[in-house]
Amino acid sequence: MSVESTSAPAVQEKKKEALFSKKNVRTLRDPLDDNNPITVQVLGICSALAVTVQVKPALIMAAGVIFVTAFSNLITSMLRNSIPNRVRIIVQLIIVATLVTIVDQVLKAYMFDVSKKLSVFVGLIITNCIVMGRLEAFALAQKPWPSFLDGVGNGLGYGIILVVVAIFRELFGAGTLLGFHVIPQWAYDHGYVNNGLMVLPPAALFVIGMYIWVQRSWNKKLVNVS
Amino acid sequence: MHSNSYTLLYAAAISVVTAIILAVTSEGLKPLQEANVALDTKKNILRSVRIASEDRATIEQTYNANVQELVVNSAGEVLSDVSAKSIRLKDQVNKAPEARQMPLYVYTGEAGKKYYVVPVYGVGLWGPIWGYLALEDDFNTVYGSFFDHKGETPGLGAEIAEKPFQEQFQGKKIMSDQDKFVSVRVVKKADKFTLGDEHRVDGISGGTITSRGVDAMLRNCIEPYLSYFETVKSSTGAVMPESK
Repeated sequence: MSVESTSAPAVQEKKKEALFSKKNVRTLRDPLDDNNPITVQVLGICSALAVTVQVKPALIMAAGVIFVTAFSNLITSMLRNSIPNRVRIIVQLIIVATLVTIVDQVLKAYMFDVSKKLSVFVGLIITNCIVMGRLEAFALAQKPWPSFLDGVGNGLGYGIILVVVAIFRELFGAGTLLGFHVIPQWAYDHGYVNNGLMVLPPAALFVIGMYIWVQRSWNKKLVNVS
Repeated sequence: MHSNSYTLLYAAAISVVTAIILAVTSEGLKPLQEANVALDTKKNILRSVRIASEDRATIEQTYNANVQELVVNSAGEVLSDVSAKSIRLKDQVNKAPEARQMPLYVYTGEAGKKYYVVPVYGVGLWGPIWGYLALEDDFNTVYGSFFDHKGETPGLGAEIAEKPFQEQFQGKKIMSDQDKFVSVRVVKKADKFTLGDEHRVDGISGGTITSRGVDAMLRNCIEPYLSYFETVKSSTGAVMPESK
């Protein structure tokens, strides 16, 4: 993987493709919007409902998922020619589980409070459909670098939704953002109350639903995607 | 198509490699993780005596300066050869009260006033719940409480870990007027309740099983301490002055 990012028309399938060729950039960017794992592919919903009560855990969770998708894609892609086809799912699972366990251990050691909030959901990244989905659909057939980008992209696409939902839920549910009070005291004095529903998981479903609605009326490419 | 032996070897090799990676990570991070857990325990004990701090140094300092760890049994004796740190509450609470080794944390506040923090452990709806209940030196009035849980439902059972629920306990009594142990009961508004308001705390709507868990946990875990409390009371002549 050499760094020769300038010139080199990207569309050509040369042996040495530019590091950030158009195709690679698209691999990275597509999952952010046009092919977002949550709002378009509707994968990984469960954890999106659970860990979006506050922004900070959502950010950490997003970072964890980006790490896992990126490196499991990279490792699987590097091993793709040696993995025996009959046990490929198991091999992928081992790779994913190892990465997730590392994330979990590191959180417990360095961010104990957050790891308590995320509790089981870090472990459940293993079962997040996005991870295995990308391994099967992309990493098994692609070179390491595009696979890595695909992993980062999908992790980011997941993370964006997580953080957006968390911003809405923390703002309206608790009146804070990242723990700082955003809604001023005078609003409460004049009868404003935090919305208790926003703290509960169903609120995440509503917010994601709205997000999908806004995204589809704004992004023409998605109009006919079912 | 790969051969069978290749497949088997491959699976074995990848298992060994990942196992080594994980073992190294786990061992390498263990000291940090254990320190975190120990700090968390100290933080929660302090919370039950209404001291809330997130700062590592403050917690360590306050705890080490003011908290004395004891282990007692249900006969009221102090087991001086057992360390409170070595006891796993989970194993103790299921034993018969006579067989338990029970940690007790004595917090000495301003002006030498002592608070007795009883660790409690029980079951909620989805998993374990635990906490600390701080009693004033009359061994009757609840000074403060802290509860936490492994995985109760957010917004319902998980409310036991929130301040509004925990603050209800402040000022409640665990002994009846006849000096009988009645505990602080967590009950629903609609439940029949014959004891006075000083013994009741409102359960959580929608979190009935967790509320009952807290109720049962308190009764199970506090009662065996009573004889120790009696010993302390009689040795200090029921009035405060201790030491000095």
